[in-house]
Amino acid sequence: MNYDPDTCIIWRVRIVIPTEERARGCCRALAGGLVWGPHAMMTELSGAEGVTHREGGIGAYLRHVWAVAEKDVRAEMRSKEVVGTMAAYSVLSAVVFGLAFDLRVPRAELVAPGILWVIVLFAGVLGLHRSFGSEVDRGTLAGLLLAPVERSAIYLGKVAANLLYFLIVEALVVPALLILFDVNLVKPIVLLGLLLGTIGYVGVGTLVAALTSRNRARETLLPVLLLPVLAPLFISGVGLTSVIVDGRADAEAWPWLGIIGLYDALVFAVAFLLVDVVWENS
Amino acid sequence: MSTLANPSRTDRWFKPLLVFDVIAGLAMVTVMWAGLLYAGDAVNLAGEEQAAQRIFYFHIGSNIAALLGFLGSVVGSIGYLFSRRMVWDRWAAASVEIGTIFGILVLLSGSIWAKPAWNTYWTWDPRLTTATITVLIYIAYMLFRNGFDHAQTRARFASVYAIFAFLSVPLTYYSARLFRSIHPIVFDGGNEEAQGSFAIGPTMGQTLTIATIGFALLFFALLFHRVRQFDAEARIEALRERFDE
Amino acid sequence: MTTRTAPLIRCEHVSKRFGHKRVLRDISFTVAAGEVLSLLGANGSGKTTLLRIVSALDRPDEGEVWLGPVPLSSATDGIRRYIGVVAHAPLLYDRLTGLENLDFYARLYDLVKPQRRIEDLLRILELWRWRNESVRTYSRGMSQRLAIARALLHDPPVVILDEPDTGLDRDSIELLTALVAHLRLRGRAVLTTTHSLALAQRWSDRIYELRSGHLHHLACPDRNTY
Repeated sequence: MNYDPDTCIIWRVRIVIPTEERARGCCRALAGGLVWGPHAMMTELSGAEGVTHREGGIGAYLRHVWAVAEKDVRAEMRSKEVVGTMAAYSVLSAVVFGLAFDLRVPRAELVAPGILWVIVLFAGVLGLHRSFGSEVDRGTLAGLLLAPVERSAIYLGKVAANLLYFLIVEALVVPALLILFDVNLVKPIVLLGLLLGTIGYVGVGTLVAALTSRNRARETLLPVLLLPVLAPLFISGVGLTSVIVDGRADAEAWPWLGIIGLYDALVFAVAFLLVDVVWENS
Repeated sequence: MSTLANPSRTDRWFKPLLVFDVIAGLAMVTVMWAGLLYAGDAVNLAGEEQAAQRIFYFHIGSNIAALLGFLGSVVGSIGYLFSRRMVWDRWAAASVEIGTIFGILVLLSGSIWAKPAWNTYWTWDPRLTTATITVLIYIAYMLFRNGFDHAQTRARFASVYAIFAFLSVPLTYYSARLFRSIHPIVFDGGNEEAQGSFAIGPTMGQTLTIATIGFALLFFALLFHRVRQFDAEARIEALRERFDE
Repeated sequence: MTTRTAPLIRCEHVSKRFGHKRVLRDISFTVAAGEVLSLLGANGSGKTTLLRIVSALDRPDEGEVWLGPVPLSSATDGIRRYIGVVAHAPLLYDRLTGLENLDFYARLYDLVKPQRRIEDLLRILELWRWRNESVRTYSRGMSQRLAIARALLHDPPVVILDEPDTGLDRDSIELLTALVAHLRLRGRAVLTTTHSLALAQRWSDRIYELRSGHLHHLACPDRNTY
């Protein structure tokens, strides 16, 4: 090992443990100078070891959100556990719906909006439950909660990562429906509705996943808790998509977007208030 | 064991509760009498539909009780999160349990009535949709509470869920209503406004008031008993704790 | 800003119960700056629960924990900056490499230019060679050493070690002992649990045993025989 001992915080070979008295004196000298305050103490104690902290504020908050999201996405890029499962499930359900409705439904446009949202709804549950499930299983959630980070920043970081997974999966589902059902859903308003709906879904879903992660029956309970709360999103999503697929006036889609937007706003406001309660002693 | 020697809070409530039970019981007898005998027939209906209409009092009454349960759950949950006293959580949990029973009764009585009136047991009318979703949320809430070992964690998490659920229900109603108003009605018969509606006469109005009050009293009587049960459970737990030492 | 000297950890009348089982009963102790306190106790005696309470992960049913002049019950999340924890679980993401793990936590703790500190810690704990390997491929001992690096990353004044010797070989235990001595010299308050009395005697100033929810003083080891 060619490493300079002087730059190292300790050098195990050269550590000399003094006698009791010397150690005590040493500590007293250090302890006497301790100043406990937001940063003063850290500077006092850590100056020698070259650790400095940045100031907090909104910048720090956003950095925390980004750190959590990036960590999740980076791990996901290696395992492809969540997106892989969700994508496979979505395409599979599209095929199953195709088989189920084949020859029974005169025009695929009649059922396509419902199929799109059902797939998103069910595939989402699969992904959400891993979001905190993996952290709880590996015990890493405590690591996040031990950090001097606002709880809502952890929540928003998770939301951002989940949102990315959902959007990737939706980018697969929409073309799959085009191929299997010959229904073109690549229309600006449908995509906008899908985006807003997904944001709301991920917002509630991440919070409910955090709630169920400490429950004994978490895998089975997540959809049971989540789906009824998502009813407004589902109904509005199907309504909005139907308007566009039926070729009705775009203006008819605005009320639906309004409901979805209201839902999103409510969800994030309440989640922001309540997320501290969820993790106050985890 | 001072808790056993002294008359505790729950014991003090025994007599008032008994009186309340009797009042609620008499009120329910009055509701049945008024609904089945006193109220006049709906003049614009005939035959089977006219008889089926009388379930309306039972239906509305249960609806009031279910609504009270839903309100109770959110009030109890918010109260718990602010005060952190387990009493609030017990009220919330009891409200949900009683409310769910009435919610299911609403759906059942509605379906029974709908068959002669609409010629179908079920339709995705906004009110039906909302009621069903609400009952499902209640059931999910009870299942959710089951899975926690630690009482405080259970209370916190259940409160968060109850608040979320409360906010989503009106949005469910509005989206379901918008959905229907845009879509054509597919099944034969029409919607609630179109078929099965009836004029309310004076005796019917009075009966409706009686039913509302009667079911509200029944709801509160059941609620008080359930909360008392929860209190007793907590006391047993506390006593067992002391016994262990 | 308050100027205070030791103790850094002050636990006052802490009680905790799970259901109707009382795990901790009226526990009080202090750890001064530059002091190492070890807790012994059988499995399930409540050591971990006590450590979780001191590290602000759990709340006591009764009593209060003070870190310096700050009571934990009314502290903000910022207090966590002063606490470093090695827990039972390594608190590491096994899909990420050792370096990425430390980098992630450095960001959560708002460290400025943490590369130097990370490198120091990885070299000291002899993980530098494996810094770019995913933690999944680490052995139990390597994960444990990385967990120690993670806990000391932000150089906290209060260090909490829950059985830090699990899975470590003899050399690593020597290393850990040296690290604890170093922390002690630098005026950190160290609270640790272990199953090994010999180890506790080597590194602590005071040893307590947690038995049926109460704290029993065992020994003040003679530090001269270190």
